[in-house]
Amino acid sequence: MNVLIPTPLRSYTERRQVEASGATLGAVLDDLDSQYPGIRFRMINEQGRMRTHIRFFVNGEQIFDLSQLLHPTDEVLIVQALSGG
Amino acid sequence: MPNKIRKAAARMPATTTRTKRAPSSRPARRVLVLVATRKGAWLYRGDAARRSWRVDGPHFLGHIVSHLVLDPRDGRTLLAAAKTGHLGPTVFRSTDLGRTWKEAARPPAFAKVVDGPDAETQGRVVDHTFWLTPAQASEPDVWYAGTSPQGLFRSGDGGITWEPFSSINDDPQYRTWMGTVQDGTPDGPKLHSIIVDPRDPTHFYFAMSGGGVHESVDGGQTFAPIVKGLEVVEGFDAANVTFHDPHCVRLCASNPDRLYQQNHCGIYRLDRPSSEWVRIGKTMPKRVGDIGFPMVVHPRDANTVWVFPMDGATVWPRTSPDGVPSVYMTRNGGKRWQRLDSGMPQQQAWWTVKRQAMTADARDPVGLYFGTTSGELWMSRDEGSRWVCIARHLPEIYAVEAAEVA
Repeated sequence: MNVLIPTPLRSYTERRQVEASGATLGAVLDDLDSQYPGIRFRMINEQGRMRTHIRFFVNGEQIFDLSQLLHPTDEVLIVQALSGG
Repeated sequence: MPNKIRKAAARMPATTTRTKRAPSSRPARRVLVLVATRKGAWLYRGDAARRSWRVDGPHFLGHIVSHLVLDPRDGRTLLAAAKTGHLGPTVFRSTDLGRTWKEAARPPAFAKVVDGPDAETQGRVVDHTFWLTPAQASEPDVWYAGTSPQGLFRSGDGGITWEPFSSINDDPQYRTWMGTVQDGTPDGPKLHSIIVDPRDPTHFYFAMSGGGVHESVDGGQTFAPIVKGLEVVEGFDAANVTFHDPHCVRLCASNPDRLYQQNHCGIYRLDRPSSEWVRIGKTMPKRVGDIGFPMVVHPRDANTVWVFPMDGATVWPRTSPDGVPSVYMTRNGGKRWQRLDSGMPQQQAWWTVKRQAMTADARDPVGLYFGTTSGELWMSRDEGSRWVCIARHLPEIYAVEAAEVA
């Protein structure tokens, strides 16, 4: 499926959009990390929780659960939260 | 950050101050000053006389870099502790003095708490790696890291992968001493001042803000606090390790049985085997006081140290006292202190120096370096007698290290 990468993480992918696969959001992030080592830990902490300022949207809807089931045709959007002034 | 980064170098104007002492008899090695800031890292390469400085940077522009350290065992490996305001923490590693960088494969991270009713509250998360310490020459690939919130980590492969070190990260007693985020410094409680005894790699010290100073004599299997003699903020119980706030602890390379400490509540010296700190800051001028963050020891004279006093009165402004910055030096282990401010502003300078942002090189005479909260890099080629500003307009400086390279 398509995964849209925010600018702070493009030092890993060097592209705005990449392909990744997985049955859940967590599995997709695992696949991303295998392609771009280190990228997952910048978004997901060691306790398996989303970092405070990272948001995930699937087909335009924000999701909060890494076990959320996905379909191969889904589009995942990763964004950095607007948390500054 | 898998892509390699190259940085163009630019030349800074030469400084003009002359030293009065004879030039060093050491081989013609150059001093490399490593500057970590709130918005990236810079390297300053000195000429043989430490008069002109070539700037290399920024590296990791926009990253919060808490510490940038050269491995003295190979003279070319750099580790940088970094994060951004939004992304998780990591460690970058260069094996060519900063020409190219690669990210650690496994940065410092606390152990994952198994699922259960308390998992949400018990599992800690590294906000940032704050402190990096290379081990001794006998352990060439070993590094230690301190984090915020307080955690102790070790790498056995030169900084590529990191594991929790010792039992303190999850020890109930240590977790109590670490306190909560409310007990720490404004930007998070920190484990810092990781010191490996140069005579014995199984002998360690570290300090926590807050949480006291601790020692291990068994390779890190166990640690015990060393806080006797240290004062705490009025109204708190000094017997409670939680309330101790060491800001910076340094061991004297010329006498590893002597340590100095800049604490939240004064300047101290410890001469082992004693376990009782002696407050040596009482001899500082009353108007200046003995509060501050950094502590710098002379590389060859255990009686000589430098501090950078800060206004710790009333609401803790964390500025130079009266807006007039100065280094203070003792040549006799703290019996007397000398003000060293020649070349520094004499009024309206409201910056100060953080705990990792002041250091010394090993040349003779010793060069001193400090970075300010206002983004200036200052140095002295003559052990503090005269100061020059070698860089301005940097972001807030978090750490300064000096190393000698070929």
